Amino acid sequence: MDIVLQQLVNGLTLGSVYGLIAIGYTMVYGIIGMINFAHGDVYMVSAYITAIAIALLTFFGIESFPIIIIGTLFLTVAVTGAYGWVIERVAYRPLRNSSRLSVLISAIGMSLILQNYVQLSQGANQQGVPTLLTGAIRFSVGDGFVQITYMKLLILLISLLGMGVLTYVIQKTKLGRMCRATQQDRKMASILGIDTDKVISTVFVIGAMMAALAGVLITLDYGAFDFYVGFIIGIKAFTAAVLGGIGSLPGAMLGGLILGLSEALFAGLISSDYKDVFSFSLLVLILIIRPSGLLGKPEVEKV
Amino acid sequence: MSQAVGINFKKSSIDALIAGFLALILFGPIVGVLLDGYKFDFEFDRVAWIVAIVAVGRFAVSSFFQTEKGVAMAFRYANNNEGATVLAPNHKSKMVWIIPLVIAVGLLIPFVASKYVLTVVILGLIYVLLGLGLNIVVGLAGLLDLGFVGFYAIGAYGLALGYENLGLGFWSMLPIAAILAAVAGAILGFPVLRMHGDYLAIVTLGFGEIIRLVLTNWASFTHGPNGISAPLPTLFGLEFKRRSRDGETFHEFFNLPYDSAYKYMFIYIVLFAVVWAVLFIKHRLVKMPIGRAWEALREDEIACRSLGLNHVLVKLSAFMLGASTGGLAGVFFATYQGFINPSSFTFFESALILAIVVLGGMGSTLGVVIAAFFLTVLPEMLREFAEYRVLMFGILMVVMMIWKPRGIVRVTRTGFAPRKGAVK
Repeated sequence: MDIVLQQLVNGLTLGSVYGLIAIGYTMVYGIIGMINFAHGDVYMVSAYITAIAIALLTFFGIESFPIIIIGTLFLTVAVTGAYGWVIERVAYRPLRNSSRLSVLISAIGMSLILQNYVQLSQGANQQGVPTLLTGAIRFSVGDGFVQITYMKLLILLISLLGMGVLTYVIQKTKLGRMCRATQQDRKMASILGIDTDKVISTVFVIGAMMAALAGVLITLDYGAFDFYVGFIIGIKAFTAAVLGGIGSLPGAMLGGLILGLSEALFAGLISSDYKDVFSFSLLVLILIIRPSGLLGKPEVEKV
Repeated sequence: MSQAVGINFKKSSIDALIAGFLALILFGPIVGVLLDGYKFDFEFDRVAWIVAIVAVGRFAVSSFFQTEKGVAMAFRYANNNEGATVLAPNHKSKMVWIIPLVIAVGLLIPFVASKYVLTVVILGLIYVLLGLGLNIVVGLAGLLDLGFVGFYAIGAYGLALGYENLGLGFWSMLPIAAILAAVAGAILGFPVLRMHGDYLAIVTLGFGEIIRLVLTNWASFTHGPNGISAPLPTLFGLEFKRRSRDGETFHEFFNLPYDSAYKYMFIYIVLFAVVWAVLFIKHRLVKMPIGRAWEALREDEIACRSLGLNHVLVKLSAFMLGASTGGLAGVFFATYQGFINPSSFTFFESALILAIVVLGGMGSTLGVVIAAFFLTVLPEMLREFAEYRVLMFGILMVVMMIWKPRGIVRVTRTGFAPRKGAVK
């Protein structure tokens, strides 16, 4: 019983982070119908920037934890957002009118570039960040106990905050209305005076920022990362996006939570060696059984 | 578009400044701060170099696109050069002369080249086979398969495990592996091919990773990350070893001194024959109705379905054919290496094969052959730049998609001339 509860707690935090990354996939797919293959590597870049930001902040003599975490969040989100903008500008915008295959191949190329660029500049070794936040809340359940570390609470809090702010922006602000209009009908939106290229750039920046949020949180929690971490977590976040219905924002968050919870339960109860196989199989199964996901609309091909 | 004569240097300078500033933000942290455990070092000179290169490059590009030539070039890329080169109806291909020449030279290589050159050429030919297989799937049928390495792994592990568990050798596994890979392709493809193209890419990617993870984790059967040895090919039962426990070896039978290069010569000749067989089959298939259906489906799926083409079966045939070619390549890879482990079958390998197809030209056979040799032999020659290999592949893929989405060698078609006396 305590194992199940503990895994549920772990799965909830993991799932909220998957949800954050899945937002990037789902928004980009919704607006230009492409799978941004390099998104996982944007997450990986943000993990490196997190470590660098922490190193720089401590180098300048800042010791207090709240300032470090706020500073790191701010720096990482800003720089990763710039990455999102530049990637879209360089690799995807020139291909706006090309076939979907071309854009996807370009995205795969971008993913390889990011991985190798980070490997070349930072080395292939695993890197790490020091543990900044320790301590935990414990509940006794039956014979054992369930432990929720403060770090996990922080992850939940910040990811909920991030998702809340994003939902507000998309639903209530002018920028959000422009995004939704472009998503529904790009040509019509541009006729009505919306600069759709700018909106698409904005969506890439938002996606990258959400991935950066996830990058800071996961890096602070796990401590270790290398240039290859983006690949696996990218596919998993994509699975979450598809599970919730690609193109749907609440779907991405829901899909992330479901994937995180089921993966944690699978790892805890059945086999942790095969937990990645479980996620990939889940992805294949969803795509075969219900490609439109839980909250998505079925895609109708038009001539 | 004719008003742009004379270069507006102010605009170029502003572009360069913005690009330099962005480069500083992007590269500043990652290139400028070298992490080393919990410590770090500043590397300001690397950042300065990159920012300077980006700014100067942006200035040059910005200026170039303001000249008349640049405007014309931008216009040409805005309308991407799709389609095929059409030859005159009475065009006589020079291939009638080139092919026998290439075969003759190819057959000479094992007897004149050193062992090292031979191994490099064998690797190149294995990638030619992989490129041809993926080219059927991606280039002809337009299905993006990111898990192609899965079929490659099935072929390679099929040989190693078939030998260990069932005692099957190279020659029996060669067709069996092709069939196994094709069956795997059918099982994966049948449910997936009904849906939208992009999803196929991700499902196949997941499939490739599942294969690799199972090979890594199922240690009792596959020996896990430690790998497994694969048998060498035999010539009518003669082994290419120094000594054989059962029967004679190759060099004993022919009274030759032992040379470890013999086995590579033999693998090379078999592989060379298989590559030509695949080339021939593919060449013929493209001209048959099934090949036409692949290309038609790639160009416009809705139109094809409206005309009554069974899109699932057509796609499935391409997918299975590509998979079986991948399986064949896997058998050759295993026997050539003599030892395989799951680390040879990562996603990077799939991306490399995709880079071959993209560089060579979607659907172009000649282009794929050239690109396969280019991308496998060149890194062997430029070993000191080995760490930049992946970066180059990535840049290559992005640039090719923007610049020449149909690859370096365009598909050619013989022109069509109406018969004399036909109604105009």
